[in-house]
Amino acid sequence: MKTFEKILLTNMERPGYTGSLADYEGAGGYKALKAVLGKVPPNDLIEMVKKSGLRGRGGAGFPTGVKWGFIPKDHPGPRYLCCNADESEPGTFKDRQLMERDPHQVLEGIAISCYAIGAQTAYIYIRGEFRMAAKILERAIADAYRAGHLGSDIYGSGITVHVTVHAGAGAYICGEETALLESLEGKRGKPRTKPPFPATHGLYQKPTVVNNVETLANVPHIVNRGAEWFASIGVPPKSTGTRVFCLSGHVKRPGNYELPVNATFRDLIFELGGGMRSDKPLKAFIPGGASAPFLTPDHVDVQMDFESVAMAGSMSGSGGITVMEEGTSMVWAALRLMEFFYHESCGKCTPCREGSSWIVQILQRILNKQGRPEDLRTLTEICENIGGRTVCAFGDAEIAPVQSTLKYWRNEYEVLIEEAEALKGSRKEIPVLSLA
Amino acid sequence: MIFDKHQDTVNDILSRYPVRRSAMLPLLNLAQKEEGYVSQAAIREIAGILDLTPPQVFETATFYTMLNLKPIGKFHVQVCRSLMCALVGADPLIEWLRKHLGVGLGQTTGDKLFTLSAVECLGSCGTGPMMQINDDYYERLTEAKVGQILKDLRETGDCSLKSGPFLVPERNEGVVLS
Repeated sequence: MKTFEKILLTNMERPGYTGSLADYEGAGGYKALKAVLGKVPPNDLIEMVKKSGLRGRGGAGFPTGVKWGFIPKDHPGPRYLCCNADESEPGTFKDRQLMERDPHQVLEGIAISCYAIGAQTAYIYIRGEFRMAAKILERAIADAYRAGHLGSDIYGSGITVHVTVHAGAGAYICGEETALLESLEGKRGKPRTKPPFPATHGLYQKPTVVNNVETLANVPHIVNRGAEWFASIGVPPKSTGTRVFCLSGHVKRPGNYELPVNATFRDLIFELGGGMRSDKPLKAFIPGGASAPFLTPDHVDVQMDFESVAMAGSMSGSGGITVMEEGTSMVWAALRLMEFFYHESCGKCTPCREGSSWIVQILQRILNKQGRPEDLRTLTEICENIGGRTVCAFGDAEIAPVQSTLKYWRNEYEVLIEEAEALKGSRKEIPVLSLA
Repeated sequence: MIFDKHQDTVNDILSRYPVRRSAMLPLLNLAQKEEGYVSQAAIREIAGILDLTPPQVFETATFYTMLNLKPIGKFHVQVCRSLMCALVGADPLIEWLRKHLGVGLGQTTGDKLFTLSAVECLGSCGTGPMMQINDDYYERLTEAKVGQILKDLRETGDCSLKSGPFLVPERNEGVVLS
């Protein structure tokens, strides 16, 4: 038996905790910022975060300290920090809770990170639909300015940090870091070709770090309790700390659960989530948001750290776990996700733009019992022509549901196509003009 | 002019960015808040403020699904249809709303009160099925709850069933893992 301690949700789950500045300060808030500003050299902070093993919580899992280290030290002009609060990955709803229930925890993380990378300006790019979170953040920022935690010459250290909330207007792709920068510059949110990377040519072509909300919220705790403490949680040295996992789908108690990353899917789904909502057994689950390949009940004892999930053939991604019970059509599930990706493809790269539309059409006809025997081969080929052939990771993401359901539940596709074949003679079809 | 009475807000928005064009989305969002949609007049006005051509503003606006380029009803009912909500009953909910409001997707009721849309993921997957009406989220919906929401909005213009700051599950005891 092992117990665990929550890091990010401890305060907000305390009865009566509202997330106000007084509440946050009462719980020891802004102590980390006071301890580092002008006292700990920025380089030491970057080393500390590197040593903690903190990795990006937005999906890619890139080591945060390493990302900060890429910012050129001798760059004369301004640098920027962008807090990625776009939270648009289906299955993920943790950042919303972190922002609405404990906004100052995020703001303190932003202020410390700005100091570490030498940025005076931070933009919180929040998805346009999160009106309440944006309002709460704006109020919290105003309170923090009044209390002297943000603004010019914070605590007399000579350090300046300005924070602005920037609301998007509905586009999944703006969670991709270079698309986010394009959108913040007032353009269509289309990902940029890399290199150059945002660390050297980011917002307004200046050195920029883009970090997820949850990633930044961890920073004050690492400062307060040390890199060694953080690195001792989870699966050191590669996947450390806790994560806020988002549980959705056919479970009794969906919601946000913070767990050390070495917890298993069984812990999350069956212990915390209370198991399946009906007496139907587990059929499939998505382990890391819509972009992650589906897994099967054989995988419930896999640990939820980045490496273990990758070994199991999927990805830990944004930490959104969606559970599906027996009786859920996997062709239908794949189609529903594909329709999402088709809707959200930005249109920049041909394989993704055209391929997503073709996959949706094929899945629709298979599900409507009008599939053709050659459809499965066509699907496989389209997927192979999208993966790795696009500017951003969207292309690899959108083929995940199709490829993984074809891998584990191919028979469901085959049955539907066989039914279509059997119906062929009886269905009145619009005659196709033949050239022969 | 749409932004005349918001001159202070416009100046405040412009002051946040070193490059004017960054004010694009804040201004488009402001225009929509003011008029309910982004009108051609608003696009021309924003172009003037940002030193851009109207097509540059229009081109940007068409990329973002939240921006309505045509007038819509007073209440924009947007139901999430993505997989996570669909698993827990988004489709029957959309069907119910279509019947109850008597409109198809993307259409507005005759009294110009409600526009119904099915949209992709709104980041509320643990509390589905859910919908957003104007600025507010309504979660863990049932037919009875939706009926009440529509009734309240029709009668008073507001509804107390909207979500507050998000914390789900409300009580989350630390569990000892085996």
